[in-house]
Order: sequence, then C-alpha cells, then structure tokens
Amino acid sequence: MENLLPLFVAIPLAGGFLMPVLGRLFGPGRASAVLPILMVAGVLVLAVRLVLLPDAQTPPYWMGAWDFPLGISLVADGLSKFVILLVALISLLVLIFSIDYMTHYTNPGLFYGLFMLLLAGMNGVVLAGDLFNLFVFLEVAGIASYALVAFGTEADELEAAFKYLVLGSIASAFVLVAVAIVYNVTGHLNLAKVAEALRAGGGLTVPVYLAAAFLLMGFALKAALVPFHAWLPDAHPSAPAPISAMLSGLLIKACGVYVLCRLVFSVFAGPEAFGIILVVLGTLSMVLGALLAVGQADLKRLLAYSSISQVGYVVLAIGTGVVALAWAPAHPVLLPVAGLALFGGLFHMANHAVFKSLLFLCSGSVEQATGTRRLAELGGLGRRMPVTAWSLRAGALAISGVPPFGGFWSKLIIIIVLVQMAVGGHWAFYLPAGLAVAVAVVTLVYYLKVQRDVLGGEPSEATARAREVPFAMCLASVVLAVLCLASALLVLPSVRERLVDPAVAVLKAAVPLPPASDAEPSTVALDAAGRIP
Amino acid sequence: MRGMSLIVKNTTRLVAGFIALFGAYIVLYGHVTPGGGFAGGVIVAGALVLVVLAFGERFSREVISHEVVRTSDAVGALAFLGVALFGYLAPNAGAFFANFSDFLGTPGNLLSAGTIPISNLAIGVKVGAGLFGVFLALALFRRHGEQRLMVPDAGRLDSEASR
Amino acid sequence: MTLHMLPYLLAFLLLVVGLYALVAKRNVIKIIVGLLVMDYAVNLLLVLVGYRSSGQGAPMAPILTPDLTPADIAAHAVDPLPQALILTSIVIGLSVTALVVAIAIRLYDRYGTFDTGRMRNLRG
Repeated sequence: MENLLPLFVAIPLAGGFLMPVLGRLFGPGRASAVLPILMVAGVLVLAVRLVLLPDAQTPPYWMGAWDFPLGISLVADGLSKFVILLVALISLLVLIFSIDYMTHYTNPGLFYGLFMLLLAGMNGVVLAGDLFNLFVFLEVAGIASYALVAFGTEADELEAAFKYLVLGSIASAFVLVAVAIVYNVTGHLNLAKVAEALRAGGGLTVPVYLAAAFLLMGFALKAALVPFHAWLPDAHPSAPAPISAMLSGLLIKACGVYVLCRLVFSVFAGPEAFGIILVVLGTLSMVLGALLAVGQADLKRLLAYSSISQVGYVVLAIGTGVVALAWAPAHPVLLPVAGLALFGGLFHMANHAVFKSLLFLCSGSVEQATGTRRLAELGGLGRRMPVTAWSLRAGALAISGVPPFGGFWSKLIIIIVLVQMAVGGHWAFYLPAGLAVAVAVVTLVYYLKVQRDVLGGEPSEATARAREVPFAMCLASVVLAVLCLASALLVLPSVRERLVDPAVAVLKAAVPLPPASDAEPSTVALDAAGRIP
Repeated sequence: MRGMSLIVKNTTRLVAGFIALFGAYIVLYGHVTPGGGFAGGVIVAGALVLVVLAFGERFSREVISHEVVRTSDAVGALAFLGVALFGYLAPNAGAFFANFSDFLGTPGNLLSAGTIPISNLAIGVKVGAGLFGVFLALALFRRHGEQRLMVPDAGRLDSEASR
Repeated sequence: MTLHMLPYLLAFLLLVVGLYALVAKRNVIKIIVGLLVMDYAVNLLLVLVGYRSSGQGAPMAPILTPDLTPADIAAHAVDPLPQALILTSIVIGLSVTALVVAIAIRLYDRYGTFDTGRMRNLRG
C-alpha cells in the first residue's frame, strides 16, 4: 500500500494537466466532469484503504528509492490519514455539485483543471514528510486557489483574488524564510530529523524562536486566525460556490490547522508558549468571527465570518491540548484532558469541514435559483426549494451545536475540556470556557436569522420564480446533510478508535513526557529507518 | 499588436533561431552543466516572445497558435509525470521518481544520468510553452465587450494609470 | 552583531523593503513590485544560508568535473541543497507573478484605474 502514496498527488496532478486540453474538446457541457469525478473517486478509494490500515503498515514512503536521511519522504501517519480521508470525501461531493453549477461559466475544463491542482496541492501538504515539499505543495494549492477565486473575472472577484494573493504571498515568503533559518540551524529539512536535531541541540534558541514565529505567522494566515484573517471575508464569498466550499471547508484546515498541528507537535514538540499563543489566537478568532457575522447582509460573507469563528474553536482546542501536555508533568490529572482536547479539536475540524461545505453549497444553490445573495432580498424559499431548504436547516442546526448533530458533541467536548483545564490547571481558562459558551449562543442566533431570512416568510420578488436546483446539486447537498448527522457517530468508541484516535495518538506521542505511572509511552527515539516506533 | 520596424524584423530573423538553439543546448546539457529544464525553457520562450514582438500577432495566429502552445504545455507536464511514474518499473526497488541505474553512463557525458535528460526535456517543453502561453494570454487580452486590443501601440503609455 | 552577519541583515532589510511596498503603496503595479522584491529577498537569504565560508580553502561550485573526487566536493563546495530550493522558489515566484499580473490587467479593465483606494466594492 505504501507504494501507492505518491498516487494521492500524481492522480490529481495528471487531471490538472489533462483537463484544460480535454475541456476544449468536450466543450462547455457536462461531459468534461466525467474524468475529474473518476479521478477523485479513485483518490477516495485509496484514502479509505489507507485509513483502514494501522500505522505500522504504512511506513514513510521514500521517493526515488533514496532512503533515510537523504531522501524525500511522504508520511502517512494517523493525523495525515484522518485529514486525507476528509479531503477526498468532501472534494468528491463538491465536484458532484459543480457538475451542474459550472454550466453557467464559460470554461469548465479550466475549472476542473484548477480544482484538481488544488486537490493535488492539499494532498501533498498533508502527506509531505519534509519542510520544503510542504512549502511547494502549499504554493501549488495556493496558486490554484488564487486563480479559482478570480474565476468569474468580475470586479468583485478580481479585487478579492488580488487581496488574497498578496496576503497569501506574504505568508509564503515568511514560511520560506523560516525554512531557510531551520535549515541553517539544524542542517536538515526532513521533519523527523529536524525534530531530532532540535531536541538534541538544546531546545529553543533565538534563531529557532525566530523561525517558529515566522512559521506561526505564515500558517496562521493560511488558517485565517485573527489578526491574519483579513483576506477570508473577501475571498470566500467572491469565489464560485463549489470553490467557497473547498476553501472554507478544506483549504484553511489542510493548509492551515493541519500544518500548525504538525509543526507545533512533531517538529517543536509542543512547547507551552506555542500552546498559549494558539489558545489566545483561537479565542480571538472565535469571538471576533461570531461578532462580525451577526451584522452581515450578504449570506456568503456571513458564512465566511462564521468560518473564522469555528476555526477559532478548533485552534483553541488544539492549543489547550498543547498547554495541557506541557503542564502534565506537574499536574498528572491533565493528561487525559489533553487527549480529550486534541480529540475535540480534530472532531470539530472534521465537523466544520462537513457543515461549512454544505452551507456554502446550499448558498450556491440559492444563488443559482434566485440570482442574489443578499439576505434582505431572499425569503420564502422553504416551500419553493424543499431539498435545499432541509439541507440548509441541517447544516445550520449542526454548526450551531444542536443535538443530535455532530456539532453539538464537538462543541460540548471543547467546553468540557476548557472547564477541566480551568479546574485542574489554571483559573484563567474560565475565560475561554465562558466565551466558548457565549459564542455558541451567538452562533445559534445568527444561524436562526439566516434560516428565517432565507427560508421563512413570504417569497420576495427574487425568489418568486425560484425552482429546485438540478439533481446533482441536490444529491451533493443531501449526502452532506446526512454526513452532518453521521459525524455524531465519531463519538462512539468503535468508530473513534478507527478514525480519530490514531491521529490523537500521533500528536500526543510527539511531546516528550517523563515516564508516568499511567503507562503513557515516553517517546521519541527514531529508529534506524527514521520512523517513530 | 503591430510589429516593429524593419531593422528589428531583420535582426530577429537572423538571431531568433540561435537563441532557440542556445535554449535547446541548455536544456539538453542540463545534467552536465548548470541550467537544465527551467532555464533552457525560459530562453526558448524568450526567443518565441522576441519573434511575436517583432512581427506582430500574425506569427502567433499563423505559425504557432495559442492552441498549439497550450497543448504542448500539457504534453510536457504529462511527459514529466510519465517519467516519474516510469520509476515504478525500475529494477530492484522501483519507486516513484526512481532513476534507472541501467543506463547511467559515466558522469560528464551527454548520454548519462538515467532518466534525468528526459525529465529536463519535458520540463523544457513545458516551461517554454507555458511562458509563451502566459505572454500570449497577457498581450492579446481583449477588453471586455470590445473588439479592439487593450495593449496600446508601442511608445505611448496610458497616462491615467501611472501614479 | 559581528560583521559576518551583515549579509543576513541586509537580506532581511530587503525583505522589509518589499513588505513596506506591499502594505504602504496604493498602485497595483507598485504592490506587484513589492511582491517581487520580497521574493528576491527570500531567495537571497537562501543563497546566503548555503554559502560555505572560506575556512578550508576557497569555496567552489558543487559541480563534479572529471578532475575532482566526491571527497573534494564534500570538503570545499558550497551546499547544493539550498540552490535546489532557490530554483523551485524562483519558479513559484514566477508563477505567482504571472497570475498577479494577469489579475492586474483585468482589474484595470474592470475598474479603469490601478489605484487600490478606489477598489472598494467589498466592504464590511
């Protein structure tokens, strides 16, 4: 199986190169969607097979048969498998949605080509085993996303794409500066070797702090954390609806939150300072995103601010896990709290990917049927577009944290963890806990407002002639709505052990802890082949 | 776009072929001397851009059209991916991007280094076609809704735009 | 701050100059130039990281000509790995530049100006 790891990147890349050529052969119809759907379905099958194998059977793949420590590796450990499965699943559903949605644009072949490049870049980021390939695939996904935001070439989209491009390039330049400093300090680029060299070299010196600061700034911008969020409320609404779903649902997580986890845990071994920074940034994003979302008049802009808020939850949970692991030697009671925090963060990340892509796809359906995105001009769609209406309700209730949808469980776990940290660790954690509860209420408020404005009331003149959208778009929305309910199953121990626990184990194993009485493994001696045993 | 003066056209007729030849030399000797696919591809694209600038867009319509450029772009990229996947067939531990040890000649010869010259060639084609395609897309952009070209005649800058 | 840190500081200074152009200028073309300067500064930093000081004799380029052995290369040559990183970074910079120039051309077409102060359609 590990021989097939490069295919996660190679198949979408081939699609990205083939589609512009084939698109001109097939014309602007639906036929050009066949090959991308086949390719992404293939990637999904590979991802499912990968997830079902335990970590011991998927060692790092060394490209070109150049072995450790010289070669370039693709690493598929628990965390990578979790994110890759998420990326493949949501991409397939968004692609099914875009079969019909892209018939309104003049060049669907180009769209599918860029979409496949975006997917290839995200898969590459998730699988990359060394810093520089992480940067390269980050750029591939980034350039594809800049072009996709500008796809309609109207004034708004171009302005949003320009802003996104400039800010994204600043982030990439910072990341490359950090890579240069890390190479200068440690002499390696392979993530495992860098971690080993940093641990051997006496921990965090000033150049390493500088590199860490640049890395955190760059990837916090990619994850749209406050105060690096300024590009997101312009870029996500202006993109075509499937691309908004991909950007908000996957890109800020695969290229932002995932890389932050990978760097803070596997490379820097979870220092307490980084955890506190993540907690602060997460809390700020959570609060600011929710407050700014309440007053929005444009549906997609409201959803974009809501993305900032929910990613704040995820980063808050992950930061809490880092801090708990850092305090665990002094307060052993915090060790299971750390595991629960990391589980809550990853669970909410997966949940939000499902909900937010569903909400953006529904907003695309609404926009296609009525021609407008402004909440004041919508209304009464509850009866005229039943499938979209029920999917929108499911997504909105799920993201607001209403049981039995999955969002309730993940937010509950995050709040419980924060309270446990406040009781067992430091009382300052009562503040994020209270803010998390308050923001959950505010989220419910503005999503109720969305449902009332879009679905309830009398049909306005824009919605009077609205009809239900074509079958493929409905299918994608319905499947995602079912996934909103099904994601609650991740709480069950049997499902959780298969999917999420390997990811949490990878993160916990990366932080060196003294051998404790509850038999947590003390880590991380790399064996001769460069793997974490 | 219109072409340039007679002196430029005649000089380009003499020189453009040699520029393209030099670019091809950089690509083909990429595993022996500095350069390689990307640098050689840029030089080849430079030769093509020179011809279009000197002779006007008639060259890009009649000799090498935008369609040909885009297709060779895709072909170069797929050839590179094919070389990478070909590594799976390498004897005793085939891997993605593996280099074939069978036809490794002595370092320093033209025919050596396994699959690296083929990769260089694919990259040279892709970069040359890609950069030329970028130039064509930018230079031949037609203003939305109108038929006239957006790029002004050579020598006159749009005074409203510069600050 | 010894003198041998001076090239690194100058590379960082160039980075800051590029960043200044990105945030303080309003003309789209000047912002693009700032982006280019930032990319050049980061590439320069990578070149500096790969340089080997002349402690064991003059540094030379890592090219294996027939009169050298691999041991000579390992002892005297500059580090070839940052050079590969720089090449990739230059290509990425070129792609981003091409994309941003295309966006700028179409921006001028839609808004009629290169002044970002007048491109305020997206607000709130």
